[in-house]
Amino acid sequence: MSTATVGDLVSQPYKHGFVTDIETEKIAKGLSEDVVRLISSKKDEPDFLLAFRLRAYRQWLQMDEPNWAALGYPGIDYQNIIYYAAPKQQEKKASLDEVDPKLLETFEKLGIPLSEQKRLSNVAVDAVFDSVSIATTYREKLAEHGVIFCSISEAVKEHPDLIEQYLGTVVPSNDNYFAALNSAVFSDGSFVFIPKGVECPMELSTYFRINSADTGQFERTLIVAEEGASVSYLEGCTAPMFDTNQLHAAVVELVVLDDASIKYSTVQNWYAGDENGVGGIYNFVTKRGQCRGDRSRISWTQVETGSAITWKYPSCVLQGADSVGEFYSVALTNNRQQADTGTKMIHVGPRTRSTIVSKGISAGHSSNSYRGLVQIGPKAVGAKNYSQCDSMLIGDQAAANTYPYIRSQQPDAAVEHEASTCRISADQLFYLQTRGIGFEEAVSMMVSGFCRDVFNQLPMEFAAEADKLLALKLEGSVG
Amino acid sequence: MIRPDAPLLLEIRDLHARVEDQPILKGVNLTLRAGEIHAVMGRNGSGKSTLSKVLAGHPAYTVTAGSVTYRGADLLELDPEQRARIGLFLGFQYPVEIPGVSNLEFLRVATNARRAERGEDELDTFAFEDLVRERLKVVQMDPAFLERSVNEGFSGGEKKRNEILQMALLEPLVAILDETDSGLDIDALRIVADGVSQLAGPDNATLLITHYQRLLDLITPDYVHVMAAGRILRTGGKELALELERTGYDWVDQELANLEATGEREPVEVA
Repeated sequence: MSTATVGDLVSQPYKHGFVTDIETEKIAKGLSEDVVRLISSKKDEPDFLLAFRLRAYRQWLQMDEPNWAALGYPGIDYQNIIYYAAPKQQEKKASLDEVDPKLLETFEKLGIPLSEQKRLSNVAVDAVFDSVSIATTYREKLAEHGVIFCSISEAVKEHPDLIEQYLGTVVPSNDNYFAALNSAVFSDGSFVFIPKGVECPMELSTYFRINSADTGQFERTLIVAEEGASVSYLEGCTAPMFDTNQLHAAVVELVVLDDASIKYSTVQNWYAGDENGVGGIYNFVTKRGQCRGDRSRISWTQVETGSAITWKYPSCVLQGADSVGEFYSVALTNNRQQADTGTKMIHVGPRTRSTIVSKGISAGHSSNSYRGLVQIGPKAVGAKNYSQCDSMLIGDQAAANTYPYIRSQQPDAAVEHEASTCRISADQLFYLQTRGIGFEEAVSMMVSGFCRDVFNQLPMEFAAEADKLLALKLEGSVG
Repeated sequence: MIRPDAPLLLEIRDLHARVEDQPILKGVNLTLRAGEIHAVMGRNGSGKSTLSKVLAGHPAYTVTAGSVTYRGADLLELDPEQRARIGLFLGFQYPVEIPGVSNLEFLRVATNARRAERGEDELDTFAFEDLVRERLKVVQMDPAFLERSVNEGFSGGEKKRNEILQMALLEPLVAILDETDSGLDIDALRIVADGVSQLAGPDNATLLITHYQRLLDLITPDYVHVMAAGRILRTGGKELALELERTGYDWVDQELANLEATGEREPVEVA
């Protein structure tokens, strides 16, 4: 008879935990104004950017780490982190043939082949390894359509006017503690610019890989869609298994003008630490999009499966009239993982609409909280929000919380909130088993059924990936 | 249909089982041959439902003694899913709801698991839709139920029909139906009973667990067993059920008391 429990199934070993042995250039641990200047000079940045960084650093010094989230972790020693690490290769290579084969191999092992013959046929990929972007595929093809897709470091050099125009306008450097830190020390990330009237001809994707121990990753992503433009963008993330915690503090800014749309999807699979909560990534991320134009649209979809700690609230500021914000989220926590995640929908313009669908799955001793704000401003006549927050508990040691905040200054607005909690019961599993469905498949069917509303939102190429990733997390030995 | 030479499908010998520390089954003997319909009757708490769950492999029950042989193999060695794949079916008294899992997809995965065991090809979604639409007729079920989550928001009668639909798709050799008649109005009862009768054939056996004669008015059993205190107290033909209907279960208490008095106590369990 089967002795496996659901708990066994969710404790699947992490499959991306390997370290690539590659010579890395790192700067000394610690953070100071000199370090900020050093990063900027290594990247040969224009003065406006150094000024941006220094202002952010000084703001950060005045700020306190936030403590309002339902998360518990020992204090982070910001002087014990390396703020810049890069694989040793000189310039970014013009051709992939010149990229260190070890790096290509790393990404291939992660399922992201970059080479001309093997790369995904309809997806352009920017591959970021520690602090730098090592390759971006399909750049020429995208350029034909006027689409800019490159690392943010390159964008600083090649399109400084666009960077100066948009950087920090959605998430100001003093927005919060981690955003300020990122603004001071960010190393690389992706830049996407879709010009007026252009529908991006392919999916864009950035893959983030942390490789070095004791290194923080501070990437910065900026996506701008001009009037009538549209793009679908996906980020993926993994890291090796180290028994120390690593800090990841990213900032993502989206700007959408009239009639434009951005669909931003994340499949996050950072190392989560071991079953006792040793090691793993601390993921403190600020993601925000601004619907500046009328009838503009931003859709966030996230599948969060990794990290020891997740602190993340992808948000939409709905300024333009009739603009639309969406947030679809699956967050799976297991063992000692902690997640405090959700969204903010800030309704400013008239007839703005937002939808929130959040699915939290907690197993082991983990804690999974949804925290969301729906704010309706005085000018948001006819604004509408619908929120649905569902939690699934696996085992009896896990916790799920929902913290919805609703603030409305507009009597004409309609705000709906639904929440539910369910548990995978032994009776449900037995029922499926008595129909010939194996224990693992039964759990996986139930979890993927629970997440279906969100998976349906992922770009087709990645929906199957996400399903597989959850199945992987839930797979284990029965017997 | 009783044929003494029909193949043995299920042989239960001196089966003892407990849940937690509570012994429930105390020496059940029962033999099912192909073509036979058996009814197990008895009061609440007599062990009827436990018997069905132990046969299906519910993890909460521990077998402490005895054996169950299914077509010559040791059934108790197998996981619940393996038992299902080789042709054992349990129709639940209270089928659970499984939100988010599409009924159609669930039926397809289950059917394919059984087909794989029989060395048949996996059915793709199109081929399966054809099959399921044909089998829906067995229980006169609305195809709209295929699009919903498994049992979610189904009425009691719809849940039971969904059980019989699963039976029609899985084509079990031994079907155990645990109080399939409970909570059904007369029309639903007729449809369910009719479905079960259609599916009963010369190559399979059916074990009906029920309180009431009314199901047996619609499905005529070859054998009726009366269960009490964890064992089968008496076995007879269909007239035994009618007798129970007439006289109630008082004689059972009398018979149990006699057994106690003659010293035939429950065997002592060895830890």
